[in-house]
Amino acid sequence: MHLDHTHDGPSAISADAHRPDGTRRALRIGLGGPVGSGKTATVAALCRALRDEISLAVVTNDIYTREDADFLLREAVLPPERITAVETGACPHTAIRDDISANLEAVEDLEDEVGPLDLILVESGGDNLTATFSKGLVDAQIFVIDVAGGDDIPRKGGPGVTTADLLVVNKTDLAPFVGSDLGRMATDAKAQRAELPVVFQSLRAEGGVTDVAAWVRGQLAAWTA
Amino acid sequence: MSRAALLVLADGRFPAGGHAHSGGAEAAVKAGRITGAKSLEEFCRGRLHTTGLVSASLAAAAALGLDPVALDEAADARTPSVALRVAARKLGRQLMRAARATWPSAELDALAREFPKGAHQPVVLGVAARAAGLGAVDAAYCSAYESVGGPATATVRLLSLDPFEATGVLARLAPDLDRVADRAGEVARCAVEEGVDVLPAVSAPLLEISAEAHAAWPVRLFAS
Repeated sequence: MHLDHTHDGPSAISADAHRPDGTRRALRIGLGGPVGSGKTATVAALCRALRDEISLAVVTNDIYTREDADFLLREAVLPPERITAVETGACPHTAIRDDISANLEAVEDLEDEVGPLDLILVESGGDNLTATFSKGLVDAQIFVIDVAGGDDIPRKGGPGVTTADLLVVNKTDLAPFVGSDLGRMATDAKAQRAELPVVFQSLRAEGGVTDVAAWVRGQLAAWTA
Repeated sequence: MSRAALLVLADGRFPAGGHAHSGGAEAAVKAGRITGAKSLEEFCRGRLHTTGLVSASLAAAAALGLDPVALDEAADARTPSVALRVAARKLGRQLMRAARATWPSAELDALAREFPKGAHQPVVLGVAARAAGLGAVDAAYCSAYESVGGPATATVRLLSLDPFEATGVLARLAPDLDRVADRAGEVARCAVEEGVDVLPAVSAPLLEISAEAHAAWPVRLFAS
């Protein structure tokens, strides 16, 4: 990443930390993970937790619909002009990793049209355990799995579980019903990720998204420092 | 000219957004016009000799250094469907980003300033080819190949078509691709003397109409 260098011309090319007018751009955080693990619900909860403190927007990458964008609009977590859907041609991992051009346009257009923004959350469509975000698109990434998807996922590893800046194990309230061993998940995650943080959360329980929101605030503080 | 630069620009993995577009194949599959390798080949041959030729000629003309603003207007005039114009500009903008990062050039910067939301993709492709040190026929080859490569790849995903069959379709179209690229190079050279109006204006009405319908689908895999 060329964090402290800007290109001439009308639009930033990739990961530059500054916008064409020289101001610092928004922090971009990606959320990826398997289908149904709770990425959109986490995004919605983060929007509710942070929208009164900072200026934020969301880009969704659905596989074949506008389902995720429509969910966020319906829940009214942000005004509609702050939510953009990117179409991915059936391949969300391509749009967030191999060919990030559509997503870069979406984040830049959001900053041009509703900015200045502090934070843009880029949500991937549900994908497999190898799907990670390009460093040309996001500054940090969260990988969301859930206890009902199998408590062996942290042990299986893969780039998402192993390298994401934050691993979220979601739906902890379901653990007793699906026979998932949270302790084992925590031990396996620690083995895969060493010092990288892991959050166990249930959006239905008290506390909800608090820990993830605190982590995002920490990222923001580091970005603007 | 560098033959290797041509491979870089023509590579389907060149990160310019094409993977999210089917070139009309999704609408044709849904309508039952593409059902397998044979009908895919017919679809691609039709697309190649209509919008493929128009795009290749625009790209070749841009690669020769014709005024990209005039070429962009010519592209608009040759694209009746609003949905296709939107898709072409979107892809042009994405290609612009990738090309400027790959082959930095004052001409690309100027075109990006002129069209912050994107010029037509073939025009950007031609200017990108220039920046890469490629010639008019090279640009035409890239454009012509994209016009059939996109639908072929998309059909593999849409129909679970055997990828070997889809690649066979592209190989069988190679002689047609040669002819279209040569023709595009010739007319582009004519346009240098006679202006952009001599560029081909052949169209495929069904592609235009089905693109309008496709853009209104609530559920689809591809953006166009």
